[in-house]
Amino acid sequence: MALLVSYSLRNLLARRMTTVLTAGGMALVVFVFAAALMLAEGLRSTLVQTGTPGNALVLRKGSKSEIESVVERGVASLVETRSEIARDADGSALAASEVVVLINLAKRGTGEASNVMLRGIGQKSLALRPQVRLVSGRMPRFGSSEIVAGEGVARRFKGAGLGEKLRFGMREWTVVGIFDAGATGFNSEIWGDVDQFMNAFRRNAYTLLLVRLVSEDSLGAFRNGVEADPRLKLDVKAEAVFYAEQSEMMAKFLKILGVSLTAIFSIGAMIGAMITMHAAVAGRVGEIGTLRALGFPRRSILTAFVLEALFLGLLGGAVGLLAASGLQLFTISTMNFQTFSELAFGFSLTPGIVILSLAFGTGMGLLGGLIPALRAARIKIVDALRAV
Amino acid sequence: MTGQDAPGGSGPAIDIRSVCKSYTRGQQTVPVLQNVSFHIAKGEFVALMGPSGSGKSTLLNLIAGIDRVDSGSIFVSGADITTLSESELARWRSRSVGFIFQFYNLIPVLTALENVELPLLLTPLSARERRKHAEAALALVGLADRMDHKPSELSGGQQQRTAIARAIVTDPDILVADEPTGDLDRVSAGEILDLMAGLSESLNKTIVMVTHDPRAAQRAHLVRSLEKGLLIDAGNGAEGGNGNADAPLHS
Repeated sequence: MALLVSYSLRNLLARRMTTVLTAGGMALVVFVFAAALMLAEGLRSTLVQTGTPGNALVLRKGSKSEIESVVERGVASLVETRSEIARDADGSALAASEVVVLINLAKRGTGEASNVMLRGIGQKSLALRPQVRLVSGRMPRFGSSEIVAGEGVARRFKGAGLGEKLRFGMREWTVVGIFDAGATGFNSEIWGDVDQFMNAFRRNAYTLLLVRLVSEDSLGAFRNGVEADPRLKLDVKAEAVFYAEQSEMMAKFLKILGVSLTAIFSIGAMIGAMITMHAAVAGRVGEIGTLRALGFPRRSILTAFVLEALFLGLLGGAVGLLAASGLQLFTISTMNFQTFSELAFGFSLTPGIVILSLAFGTGMGLLGGLIPALRAARIKIVDALRAV
Repeated sequence: MTGQDAPGGSGPAIDIRSVCKSYTRGQQTVPVLQNVSFHIAKGEFVALMGPSGSGKSTLLNLIAGIDRVDSGSIFVSGADITTLSESELARWRSRSVGFIFQFYNLIPVLTALENVELPLLLTPLSARERRKHAEAALALVGLADRMDHKPSELSGGQQQRTAIARAIVTDPDILVADEPTGDLDRVSAGEILDLMAGLSESLNKTIVMVTHDPRAAQRAHLVRSLEKGLLIDAGNGAEGGNGNADAPLHS
């Protein structure tokens, strides 16, 4: 068996150029395949991490995204009195009424305008979002025109850096801090005092209410209580679930795009692999005849050629995956069509994607090699020997 | 009569009985062997001669079990190989037949040693034993110092020696050689024939060799000639090729 394996391997080495080109073709396909999956996964994990377990969002009934929602001040106060909401040491509810506004900012470099999400935060907003961490400067003082920008926004938009000034809502705002929210959607937001934002944009209602529940289990009771109250007309969602749903359409779109592109590419690569394997068989018919004459059964010949194709596919898969893993260094920013704001996220490689990509590569090799291998094993010995 | 002139003759090693074989080319059926019968004693070195298309290579292929008869039977060491299934035949070949080809048919990506080791993969021998056997076979053909060379690094004569080592490494009953000197210069051809004659003498191997070369045929103990699918008397014209082919024709 070891000699058979080394025979297959050495045949690949002997035809180095063909091997490299064929494996290269397959590597490209695996690269596209893995990249599409990594992108979808990156988007998914970004938006899933945006939520904190135990947190619940209260939005206007039927709202699919934050910007659609409106929560009246009085309604928000009513909800805050519910017993499922956790309390601070001083007895006040762990809840924050927030307002979300979309504004247009120019990008650094190109000057192109793009949507950025403003979030007016309450006193408790930060405590409710432990993943948000100040990396430079300080938090804005409530009652002032100070704002903090997420790292993603600070980096990509003009005037959003520390100490810089932004103009929106007919006012000038000073960026006094930069925060890092890890791989979450908050990284692409600008935060400031909720009341200041409401004044500037002439809003008299909040967008949403964020609450920390007593425990994760009390979500059901909280939801039933809020949704059953005829005065409220609100929906309750677990924060993590809400943000995951925000990514669903995008992730699905990326996945479908990636998989269909890959499907088209892989047909080409598979034909390439088949041509290579066919050529390998045609060039070695004499060898096959010799091996068969020496008494090697058809099975062994089949095994040797299938092994060769598998090695080829595995090589292509590994190279493609390696190239794709380099994509993790890049950050993509795109419009999230569900929130109409810019969202920055990275390519994320998971063990599942590694396995899937390698399996895809070897599968491609196997499919490409099987038919030629079957043909190789079926040649009559006498005919094969004539080809020497 | 069997092989009274052959060393170590004791009953037929190969017994060919009324073998017919034809090929279909397009619509036509071309008879290649017509009712051929003869036998070869153990330890005999037989040369099969004849013009191109006379059926000598087909006969060799049938004896070696890489082609099937249309009718008739071939007994090798007492067993009728024409009744064996495909896989039984493959197993039989791996144990009982050593092949020597005109173009050596070595696997280019494997070293001389690995090429010789190849047939042993089909035996239950351990890796260490396989290596030992292969080394011994290569030493026997005088290539002890070329074991790690690839075929492309060997001369034609050396490649054919490697092929002979591969043919004898499993200690088969018979060796079949198809134009073994056809691709070699005179000196190398002479050496290969010496080697084959030596195998027949010292190891009592039964050798069937197809050749065009009268000089090669001279080294055999006896020569059988074929013409248009019939066995003929090498010197005295047609022998008939059917049944009574017992009397070997001496070169």
